[in-house]
Amino acid sequence: MVTATAEAAEAAARAAAERVTDPELPMLTLADLGVLRGVSVDGGTVEVAITPTYSGCPAMTEMSRALVSSLAGAGFADVRVRVELSPAWSTDWISPRGRRALAEHGISPPGPAPRRSGPVPLTLGPPRRTVHCPRCGSDRAELVSEFGATACRALYRCAACAEPFEHVKEI
Amino acid sequence: MTDHDNAYAGLLGDADPHWAFGTGFTDPLAGVDPAVPSEVDRADLAAYCLMLGDDALVLAQRLSHWCSRAPDLEEDIALANVALDLLGQARLLLARAALVDPSVVPPSAQPPEDALAYFRPAGQFRNVLLVEGVDVDFADAVVRLLLFSVHRLAVLERLTGSSDAVLAAVAAKGVKEVAYHRDHAARWVVTLARGTDESRRRLLAALDRLWPLVPELTAAHPVQRRVAAAGAGVDPSTVEGTVDAVLAEVFAAAGVRPPAAAPVGEGGGRDGRHTPALAGLLAEMQEVARAHPEGAW
Repeated sequence: MVTATAEAAEAAARAAAERVTDPELPMLTLADLGVLRGVSVDGGTVEVAITPTYSGCPAMTEMSRALVSSLAGAGFADVRVRVELSPAWSTDWISPRGRRALAEHGISPPGPAPRRSGPVPLTLGPPRRTVHCPRCGSDRAELVSEFGATACRALYRCAACAEPFEHVKEI
Repeated sequence: MTDHDNAYAGLLGDADPHWAFGTGFTDPLAGVDPAVPSEVDRADLAAYCLMLGDDALVLAQRLSHWCSRAPDLEEDIALANVALDLLGQARLLLARAALVDPSVVPPSAQPPEDALAYFRPAGQFRNVLLVEGVDVDFADAVVRLLLFSVHRLAVLERLTGSSDAVLAAVAAKGVKEVAYHRDHAARWVVTLARGTDESRRRLLAALDRLWPLVPELTAAHPVQRRVAAAGAGVDPSTVEGTVDAVLAEVFAAAGVRPPAAAPVGEGGGRDGRHTPALAGLLAEMQEVARAHPEGAW
């Protein structure tokens, strides 16, 4: 009976944490983004682990506040948000639902992140990736800039429909 | 809001988290296991973290000067993004230094990472001289970023094996970021070198100016040697071959030869001996925090 209650509390806490959306990509929940690394309940205390997407991610504080607020709404008053630095976040952690949500909102989802062991080779040409225009589906997209409005996005323009769009960079 | 005299009062505290964006910075190492490997001297490890952190902090500040002054809007954004990555690395490293040896933190009402950034005088900064110089032009900025990031990437790649779990994690994350900083700078070096006569002239002049500052990057400081010997750090002299090979690849693509035996700069940055450029940079960066030492952000 105690176990069942504890499991129910953990499920409720997990659901409350998983509802929280990313402040910069609000079509994604922190769970879809792969930033939410764990939720556990010990007695009356909920511990939530999150990981930054990039070292300089300015949204960590907002994510913490939103998590605390969502969990408070679900009846958990004592919430500790813990930063988990390792392993480093990868775009491979964005869920299939998250990828669909990005595309539906006009943002091209990332392809597979590079996997390597050993030194990162120098790339002097434009980064090679297959990008489809989220508007018309064409694969004739031109890179405008490797750096967009946030660290995780690059700017493209579709050569078929001429619309500019953002692409989430593979890391 | 009850404080009618202060229009900003409502921004602080637990206001709607979705609009006072970027304020109220919390500890970037919240909940991270603070354990320090027993073989490493704490004072050495803190100094080592400051060296890596100050390099990133000072270059982040320099790069952010380009926002609104770069050749085009995309480049404003690119350099600001690179600066933000480095600032993030600096925050983690300064916070780690403070955790490992609290005596490095100057007395202040601010969190340790802010106290380290805003309340240390230039003589306590441990960055290399390369990162503090004022960019004469855009060629200076990209050459500086190339020389710095080729070196930092080689160091971070090795630091992923650190016995200090926090340093290993910061390095693993940093590798992903510094790799594209390096590639971005390298593309610009090639573009400027193969562009117009004027862009090539400026690129070569920047290389001549900054080349004497390169040896300090790979000169091992006694602290770095000891932390490396204890398994927690990287002796920067061990990355010299890697750095040379990558730079040779960039220079070959750019069709430029690295300056021959240039006079070697003085160095000394790791021990707090800096050029007047750092004092100028800090005066600007620290001004607001020092004017409002009890301020909440």
